[in-house]
Amino acid sequence: MPMPDTDTSSPRHLRDKYAIVGVGETTYTRGSGVTTRALGTWAVRNAIEDAGLKASDVDGMLSYQSGDSTFSTFIAGDLGLRLNFYMDVFGGGSSTEALVGMAMGLIEAGMCRTVVIFRAMNGFSQVRIGGTGARAAAPVMGDALHGRAYGWQSAGQMFAPTFMRHMHDYGTTPEQVAHVKHFHSCHASNNPKAFYKKRYSVDEVVSSRFICKPLHLLDCCVETDNGTAIVVTSAERARNCRQHPVLIRGVVGRCSKPRTDMHYQTGPISTVAGHYAREILWPNSGVGPEDIDLTGSYDAFTFTTMLQLEDYGFCKKGEGGDYVSNGTIRLGGKRPNNTSGGHLCEGYTHGLNMVIENVRQLRHDADDSCPIGPDGKRRHTYDYREGGCRQVRDAELSANLGWANPGTGSAMVMRRG
Amino acid sequence: MSVQATYLGMPLAIDDLDVENLAYFKHCAAHDFHLQRCAKCNLLRYPPTTACPWCMNPKSDWVPVEARGAVHSYTEVHHAIQPAFKAHTPYLVLLVDLDTQKGKPSREEALRVMGNLTTPDGKLAPPDMVKKVGIGTRVRMVFADAGPGLAIPHWTIDEGAQQPARPWRYPRE
Repeated sequence: MPMPDTDTSSPRHLRDKYAIVGVGETTYTRGSGVTTRALGTWAVRNAIEDAGLKASDVDGMLSYQSGDSTFSTFIAGDLGLRLNFYMDVFGGGSSTEALVGMAMGLIEAGMCRTVVIFRAMNGFSQVRIGGTGARAAAPVMGDALHGRAYGWQSAGQMFAPTFMRHMHDYGTTPEQVAHVKHFHSCHASNNPKAFYKKRYSVDEVVSSRFICKPLHLLDCCVETDNGTAIVVTSAERARNCRQHPVLIRGVVGRCSKPRTDMHYQTGPISTVAGHYAREILWPNSGVGPEDIDLTGSYDAFTFTTMLQLEDYGFCKKGEGGDYVSNGTIRLGGKRPNNTSGGHLCEGYTHGLNMVIENVRQLRHDADDSCPIGPDGKRRHTYDYREGGCRQVRDAELSANLGWANPGTGSAMVMRRG
Repeated sequence: MSVQATYLGMPLAIDDLDVENLAYFKHCAAHDFHLQRCAKCNLLRYPPTTACPWCMNPKSDWVPVEARGAVHSYTEVHHAIQPAFKAHTPYLVLLVDLDTQKGKPSREEALRVMGNLTTPDGKLAPPDMVKKVGIGTRVRMVFADAGPGLAIPHWTIDEGAQQPARPWRYPRE
């Protein structure tokens, strides 16, 4: 029974009650030379150390994978973590924010205190994320006869009808969308961790060879090997952690269009799951798109960034092509997107690196090449020229927009604590 | 009875428990297009499912459906990832709105049936044919035989139909 002086109420939607206190990753490579178990172990260890926590402080673990990674039990074993909860779920790009929401629920229910979430993958050297190799040669069974039998298997091939139809419905041009790669590559040039640091022009994107129309090679993300991890705990515990806390304002997880088995049966097919998810994200967060300082809109392809920003309401429906090409999403613009270079340039880790980047941005501690002062903190110059700064000035609120496919997405709003 | 076949060098299979797909492809093998019609709400559905996506009713009947329509969207694949398709690039994957039940149960809905663009005899279309097709092109269904109990439904240009003056194609060509 609650004592009279105890406040037992929870904030609406647990707003600001939980925080991300640690982030960690391994180097983005093509050929890690180690197992996914080793990648996951390093990433989780780095995230726990970043938070200033001990192994005994972490008692929950969540991960996601597509039959291409290791399980929580092995990572916990390697690091000597005794868990009060763990779960490994099936899935890709819509998992990060969804699992953050699950972590909040687990802690709220008293099932554990602090949860680490990881994704470890050799997406280039083992199970290739683009689908080539063993996956492409596997027998075509049952429901896959309605897709793979038509040479319709990779993410790009599966999503392309939505991308094409958006161009048809709204007059979106290849050059507009190619700006996403241009801007993200500029951001990556200021990210020492990025796998691709070269800046690409719009012309280079639309002149690169076709993969499947409307996607050119440079409209597609990079395949890499890497492990990534984040630590979620209560805002109260976050005050005793090493880093400036980053609070979770609101989450929506794996929100879907109708007919998730084949979403093309309902329309418009140029609309994506964000159209539904925004009705949960913004009310739960208590803010709207106009309040957001920077975004992490999933860039499996240039088009996915554009479609989500549009359907979450950062611009009017149909005006995504203008939004991503008019300078808004570049560093120094009104609302930069994927300041790390994202999946198009930094590396591919199914969304977790975009959350890591925004956590660092909200700490005002983007790990660029700016000099580190005597207090150990970077002296950001806000000079965004090649090789320079990538910290967004006075970043207070961010939105991450995760993508599984046009029919399913997840999202999260975070704020500087 | 489970079904196994080889198509373009790809092994295909339907498990004997997968009664919906067995029924769908049995009709295809007879070069006959059938879909499930819900016994309760009478709506057709694609691809095969156990229950009706509109009213949850598990009972349905397989009924013949006229397989003609217009291309709703497409992709033109230049870099095949499946070994079976590497010799056939560029190939078109079409998403076709059937005329039957278009705009039902709501305005934005249609039976959108996948397939490749093929010649009238079901072979993947040559490059000059690929260039002619875009959003709006009128197509009719044809079948590519894969083996006993299994043929793959595809789309070919509907020669008898009134075609749009200029189907919408990707703009940078």
